[in-house]
Amino acid sequence: MNAAGTLPPPVRVRGLRSAFGDNVIHDGLDLEVRRGEILAIVGGSGTGKSVLLNTILGLKRPDGGNVEIFGRDVHDPNAEADVERRTGVMFQSGALFSSLTVSQNVEAPLREHTQLPDEFVRELAHLKIKLVGLRIGAADLMPAELSGGMRKRAGIARALALDPELLFLDEPTAGLDPIGAAEFDQLTRDLCDSLGLTVLIVTHDLDTLYTITDRVAVLAEKKVVATAPVGELEKSDHPWIRSYFNGPRGRAAQGAQRRNERTD
Amino acid sequence: MSIAAFQILTGPTGPTVALSGDWTSLTLDEQAIGLRDAVSGMSGSPRLDLADLGRLDTAGAYAILRAVHSAGAPAGADARPDVARLFELVRPTIEEEGGQGPGDSWIYNLFDHIGRGLEAFAREAWDAADFAGRLVAAIGRTIRQPSRLRGISLARAMETAGVDALPIIVVMNFFIGTVVALVGANLLASLGVAVFTVELVGVAVLREFAILFTAILLAGRSASSFAAQIGSMKMNQETDAMQVMGVDQFDALVVPRVLALLWMMPLLTFAAMISGIVGGLLVSWVAMDMSPVFFLERMHDAVPARHFWIGMSKAPLLAILIAMAGCRHGLAVMGDVESLGSRVTSAVVQAIFMIILFDAIFALIYMQLNL
Repeated sequence: MNAAGTLPPPVRVRGLRSAFGDNVIHDGLDLEVRRGEILAIVGGSGTGKSVLLNTILGLKRPDGGNVEIFGRDVHDPNAEADVERRTGVMFQSGALFSSLTVSQNVEAPLREHTQLPDEFVRELAHLKIKLVGLRIGAADLMPAELSGGMRKRAGIARALALDPELLFLDEPTAGLDPIGAAEFDQLTRDLCDSLGLTVLIVTHDLDTLYTITDRVAVLAEKKVVATAPVGELEKSDHPWIRSYFNGPRGRAAQGAQRRNERTD
Repeated sequence: MSIAAFQILTGPTGPTVALSGDWTSLTLDEQAIGLRDAVSGMSGSPRLDLADLGRLDTAGAYAILRAVHSAGAPAGADARPDVARLFELVRPTIEEEGGQGPGDSWIYNLFDHIGRGLEAFAREAWDAADFAGRLVAAIGRTIRQPSRLRGISLARAMETAGVDALPIIVVMNFFIGTVVALVGANLLASLGVAVFTVELVGVAVLREFAILFTAILLAGRSASSFAAQIGSMKMNQETDAMQVMGVDQFDALVVPRVLALLWMMPLLTFAAMISGIVGGLLVSWVAMDMSPVFFLERMHDAVPARHFWIGMSKAPLLAILIAMAGCRHGLAVMGDVESLGSRVTSAVVQAIFMIILFDAIFALIYMQLNL
């Protein structure tokens, strides 16, 4: 493929300002996601992680600044279809269409954006369902019949239907048991490596940060106060970052990571 | 982006499939997907030549691999680690591909459908009876122990299902009264007995129309909102939260709504009767020059009060049927949006069906009683 350096970054947010009435959520927020990396966004409750994600996805209009995906403004009507095809989103609880089977859910974006024959679309949907580690029997189930973990896997299968270059995951491990969460992290890393994806994760899960992310962006004080690999963030002087990574949970995750590194 | 294409070359070492263009879900067309059919007739597995291949995604990799199953290392693959990686990712999922079982015959499907329909009908009837029994028990508990009654829920339900419905019920029955009077006046005037319009309006409105239209309107307005309210609480696990707190769902959700309708329905019916008669009176006055005083006097003399009581006597039963249909379907909502929609629909349909059915039964009973 082309040299990555010459292409615009998958996501670039510049000078973003979001406000609800007098309540300013972001002010002068900058963020850049590099091609092929897994970047996580962390921040305390109320720092506007979901607002930022919705703004990047184009669901919310920024009150100032701009958001570019693959170098094109998300609100440019000419770019919309292209951006939609090149990005995939997994919402927090899967957001599967509850009146369609899992397979039909995965087929939906393919039917919307391609002219492939029906039978091929169905086979492709089954391929994606197997790729994310679901049994093929799950293809004909309704979303209400799935467990939380299966629903997330189905959600990621739908997000991957069009082979996007950029994947957004909103709290991918929330509500999963530790084993399921670890498997899901591994799945994300594998898919990222084998499909050459760029992944943006909004998460609270410290284990996810330590095991699969390349860089972490920290939201605080209405902007991104730091973007760096976890190892560097641990050494940060910023009070919120210090309490985040050096609190009891942060230390536990660090310890687990060190142990893993020794056994590897 | 260029369209996916392939070319089959025959060389000394056997056939070779040369791929060109981008093989992605957006650039694949029928012809490229036809690669499997093009290759299937060949003896032995063809080799792949990827030298001119553009971009590739899982859809493209799938289209290639399902055609050329066990191709050895394809020519030009060394230069393309991304292609090799995709092939590796997609190949295992193809190998376990099992043929799906043959579809069932239409006759099997027909009987399957009929059987399921019958079973659903029987279950529905059973559930309705079960619900009615629980409701009676819950109301009995409330009567023995009035402190169980949730006053605020009751008042809210009375306001939304009763008071808020008053304007539309009054307006609708006013027009029913005018229509009955207009049609009756024309017909009866041609027989020379226009004065019987008063009896027609009185009997029709008091005995049938006021109660029937009030009930149908409440079925559309309240049965649906009861089902939607309770159904969305159920989807939101609020009913589960109640259950683990030891709050009885019937006490908290069903009894206040049933009692609210039971209380409001006769009042609404009364308002409907008045406005229906006013409608008839105005038409008689304007169209037939019948003075309002004369109209009311004749109504008093010629229309016996039993018609009023017959109309009113239906209100409690219909109120319970409407509230029951709404609450029962609300509690039967499952986790998904589809079932919420279908339950709200069936609440309204069933409520209206029961209203008409029981109105007919009442008509038969009162006829046998010579009332």
